[in-house]
Amino acid sequence: MSEPATNIGAKVAQFPRAAALAEKEPPFIRVEGVTKRFGSFTAVSSVNLEIRKGEIFSLLGGSGCGKTTLLRMLAGFEDPTEGRIFIDGQDMTDLPPYERPVNMMFQSYALFPHMTVEKNVAYGLKHMDMTASQRADRVREMLALVQLSDFSHRKPHQISGGQRQRVALARALAKQPKLLLLDEPLAALDKKLREATQFELMDIQDKTGTTFIVVTHDQEEAMTLSSRLAVMDKGRIMQTGTATEVYEYPNSKLVAGFIGSINFFEATIRDVRDDVATVDAPELGATVEARAIPGLSPGQPITLAIRPEKLTISRSKPEGPNAISGKVRDLAYFGKDSLYRIELPSGRVLSINSVNSRRVGENERVADWEDAVWLSFDPSSAILLKD
Amino acid sequence: MSLSSRSARLRKWFNRRGWIKITIATPYIWLALFFLLPFIIVMAMSFATRTPTAPPFSFGGDHPVMNTDHYARLFSDDLYIRAYLNSIGNATLATLMCLMIGYPMALGLTRVSRSWRNVLLMLVILPFWTSFLLRVYAWMGLMGTNSWFNKLLTGAYNWIVPSDMALRYIPMMNTGFAVVLVTVYSYLPFMILPLYANLEKLDISLNEAAMDLGSKPFQVFRDVTLPLSVPGIIAGSLLVFIPASGELIIPSLVGSSSRPMIGRVISDEFASARDWPMASAVAVALLLLLVVPLMIYTYYDGKAHEKAQKEAT
Repeated sequence: MSEPATNIGAKVAQFPRAAALAEKEPPFIRVEGVTKRFGSFTAVSSVNLEIRKGEIFSLLGGSGCGKTTLLRMLAGFEDPTEGRIFIDGQDMTDLPPYERPVNMMFQSYALFPHMTVEKNVAYGLKHMDMTASQRADRVREMLALVQLSDFSHRKPHQISGGQRQRVALARALAKQPKLLLLDEPLAALDKKLREATQFELMDIQDKTGTTFIVVTHDQEEAMTLSSRLAVMDKGRIMQTGTATEVYEYPNSKLVAGFIGSINFFEATIRDVRDDVATVDAPELGATVEARAIPGLSPGQPITLAIRPEKLTISRSKPEGPNAISGKVRDLAYFGKDSLYRIELPSGRVLSINSVNSRRVGENERVADWEDAVWLSFDPSSAILLKD
Repeated sequence: MSLSSRSARLRKWFNRRGWIKITIATPYIWLALFFLLPFIIVMAMSFATRTPTAPPFSFGGDHPVMNTDHYARLFSDDLYIRAYLNSIGNATLATLMCLMIGYPMALGLTRVSRSWRNVLLMLVILPFWTSFLLRVYAWMGLMGTNSWFNKLLTGAYNWIVPSDMALRYIPMMNTGFAVVLVTVYSYLPFMILPLYANLEKLDISLNEAAMDLGSKPFQVFRDVTLPLSVPGIIAGSLLVFIPASGELIIPSLVGSSSRPMIGRVISDEFASARDWPMASAVAVALLLLLVVPLMIYTYYDGKAHEKAQKEAT
């Protein structure tokens, strides 16, 4: 089950990203202006989504952001207050769950405790037009897919959490749904198992070609698993895109802050030339350059955002436009990298992540507590955010 | 001496003195004193001989060790057999009806909002706040030939059937029907509460999963809810069936005197006939009749569990 870390990279390379392949096809799943209200509370607010066939699409957000409600509407457990849901061109909005070509893997797995693993996987098949031997074959195939063939006669309480997760997956895939919904599929697993299972999940998706929609609150999980993801907050979709797009080009403070860690500074635009904007950032104690975004004008207030790993720390003043001085306030050594907290002259504290690419001793580090240091960053690494 | 070390010493003393064992043993001691011991006395009494003394039985005489005449009489006198059959029949019918009425009610309780649930649970328990005897008397009033309840039913009956079959009233009092009706009414909460406790624990996502996999609501109930509520059904049924089969007050007050019931037989033998050994024999036989099937069930159920555990390891 748990595989050596070295295999993981190879596995990623094995399968082509579905999104790239399906770019030109019409959307397989279309969510049109879907709103869900519970009394006066709006759980999901006019959501539009287009998901292509064979994608692993993640809905990412904190608790109460509406991601699970959206998933339950796709499964048919909740009726949208407004809007329509189409799957493969068919309007699904008014169909009950048992008539949708959609299956769901529940967060609690929801395995039937009184049935064996085999019976659990076979449960959905009895509603299908199949002979008994076809059914048995399908169950065997599914159990082989999730490597549980030896456990077919066990009851759910007689297998481990990771095995239960795979039974749930096999049961949800057995009917060969057009769309598989996964509600926090890895949340109940421990960290090691979660990493291995992530890749297993991608592998299975690649083998079956099923479209996956994954709900998760874990941004790392969303970024590794999915071809594309949508960041949700307060029932709205804030940004949709690939992991890289959302991480490197967030469109709002909220998305930037939710995915990864980041330093924000209040700033004012001084000047815009081509794709470089010059920005006054009093908190940084400097005027810096950043990659411009459309629609900037001098004097405009703006948020400057820099991810901790995009900053470089040095003892002497670096070349280039974006140099800031500060003092090491805190440092945490994690082995592969270190986290510095630098106090700027303005009093602001800023986080820097620095990879420890060289092997050095305790006294040879780049900077130590209370040291005066210089920070620099490439203009293209600085993100400008209007809100 | 500091407080913590003193409490630690106190705890140590408690542990050394085996207080934990005593705590665990308390329910067993209770059962031994108030169930096992009286049962042994009743059992012994059932083998004694009736004498015109006080207490009205003695050992020895013609039967120095054991007098099994009373058990022989259980089989020879058809009064006892009829009484057992009536009682078991009534209790079975009442249990089934309690299940039919109680199951939807218990399931309903798990599906309503939390605030409603408390109100409804309260209503289920509320009848216990009045005297059981009073409630049976209330039913006697309702079933009587001149009550509004009887008139209402008679009216409804006459409205349905042709006029030559019309009745002046429906004879309900002193019938087997009355016994079952009042038993169902009285014991319904004992069915609802364990069923509710069982159904309430079932994960609603199991139902959703079954529906997601293509089952319509009735199939979801048949495949998921029903099999998982078997422990609740068994618990509720036992809680109704066992006391209902030995019930004395209901058959005495609303039942027919021509249909002997076991509770009344025991009471009559004991109080009117002053035949304590016979009354004891009837009681012991009833207990065996109820408990032995239960023990067999528990034994096989336990074995099935063991087997499942072994397969797992």
